[in-house]
Amino acid sequence: MKVRTLFYTIRQGFANLFRNKWYSLASVATIAACLFLLGIFYCIVANFESIVIKAEEGVSVTVFFHNEYDKCDDHTEAQLGDEARVAQIGDLIRARSEVSEAIYISDDEAWATFAAEYYGDSYAEGFLENPLAGEYSYEIYLSDVSKQGDLVDWLNSIPEIRKVNFSEMTADTLSGANLLIAYVSMGIIIVLLAVSAFLIHNTVSMGISVRATEINIMKYVGATDFFVRAPFLLEGILIGLVGACIPLIVIYNLYNYALSYIVNRFAILSNFLNFLSVHEIFRILTPLSLLLGMGIGFIGSFTTVRKHLHV
Amino acid sequence: MSRKEQLQQEREKLIEEKGVICFENVSMEFPQNNFPAVNDISLNIKKGEFVFVVGDNGSGKSTMLKLILRELKPTEGDVYVMGQKTSKLRHGKIPKFRRNIGFVFQDFRLLPERNVFDNVAFAQRIVEAEPAEIRKNVPEVLTQVGLAGKYKARIDQLSGGEQQRVAIARALVNKPAILLADEPTGNLDPNSAWEIVQLLEEINREHGTTVIVVTHNREIVDAFQKRVVTMRRGVIVSDVEGGEYHNEG
Repeated sequence: MKVRTLFYTIRQGFANLFRNKWYSLASVATIAACLFLLGIFYCIVANFESIVIKAEEGVSVTVFFHNEYDKCDDHTEAQLGDEARVAQIGDLIRARSEVSEAIYISDDEAWATFAAEYYGDSYAEGFLENPLAGEYSYEIYLSDVSKQGDLVDWLNSIPEIRKVNFSEMTADTLSGANLLIAYVSMGIIIVLLAVSAFLIHNTVSMGISVRATEINIMKYVGATDFFVRAPFLLEGILIGLVGACIPLIVIYNLYNYALSYIVNRFAILSNFLNFLSVHEIFRILTPLSLLLGMGIGFIGSFTTVRKHLHV
Repeated sequence: MSRKEQLQQEREKLIEEKGVICFENVSMEFPQNNFPAVNDISLNIKKGEFVFVVGDNGSGKSTMLKLILRELKPTEGDVYVMGQKTSKLRHGKIPKFRRNIGFVFQDFRLLPERNVFDNVAFAQRIVEAEPAEIRKNVPEVLTQVGLAGKYKARIDQLSGGEQQRVAIARALVNKPAILLADEPTGNLDPNSAWEIVQLLEEINREHGTTVIVVTHNREIVDAFQKRVVTMRRGVIVSDVEGGEYHNEG
């Protein structure tokens, strides 16, 4: 294609936007409405997911090791691991994919925390020796809470480990919530996209049927499919772009306002609910909306023009 | 000799043998119809001829034009246009092929939001003509159709006859070898109709363009004494040089 033709195509794409301003406005409004719903939904889901992830990060599994002072009578000599073996087990734990962090807690650290929490400093001074001597443990944090069961099974299979503390209900609830978010968001996104595609197809069809004569003449005069299609595609992309920018601007302001309203009005919520900042939301939402807008515009124009090309 | 030159020579030979348009036992059936739209027709049109195609509605005239334009492919037989067998043309080659053919519609099909100049220049832009060429060709062709002074006019400011002249200018501006006109006088008053056919005749005479006019206008056909091909129910019932509108079938 000649450069001159490229410029002509671009000019025509822009000119078509204004030549058919009502159709362009209807298309922009349709795309904007769909992407607005999608954007709002994304904000809710992203925040909900972030809260669940934060909660997941707090879920921990604690493991205790057999030692000569524990009240466990049936452990064998071989199950009493020395510090080196405990450190080795720590490395094995850290190497697992579902583990994000494993913090080693020595018997002295355990006693310091326990004494301060339960007896206070003065009473604890009455103990000349560490009553938790030999009580090494690991506090394990998970990157994927749904795999807690696998980890617990594996930990229980290690002979040196005496006890594994975990909350099955918390993990199940959180991983269930995660799964629910995934399914619901997938379902809603599919429905929204299908509705968008349908509405946009109808709007573009209406706009193009008005210009069927133009396409018809072009084909009779000897225009290539590309020459006919290019201005319409450009027009579709521009409509998609504008249609994506409008909801982005609205959601940006709306989200900022909602966030400051919640923080100011319901300050207590922000203590345990971590809302995503507007930048975190828009880092994903901006490219997503722009791509979807342009993609919908492109595909809508492409499929609709195709029907008119068989002349 | 290059492959392109060889092909060109072969085409010229075919044009000499068969004419610029040639139908060889062509039939065209549409699945939804019980009878063929055109049925085993054979026809040769030489370079520079002026031909009227007449017949009742549904006689196959428009199908014949669509076959020439390669909008349709024959179900049987072969159509040759400018030495090219249309059924052999790939989809991507059709645009270039059509640049040899100008087409005039009954309903003009002009772009109402563009002025006269832009409507004609539109056809030149489609074939990627140089801007300087467009500036030279469009006024030239507008002068030829008698609209030199109206190049800035909006389409809705023109009479029906003038609109059809713009459509003819658009069909001519790429200097096609063949000009097809499908009922070009169908929407015009008798005077304008007469002027339009005179214009087509002039184009044929002065530029040697092969002109095929599909029409129902008996008066015009009888007056111009050109070759008349009469169709009925998909069949050519008469093909007379210097003939008149054929009424029998």
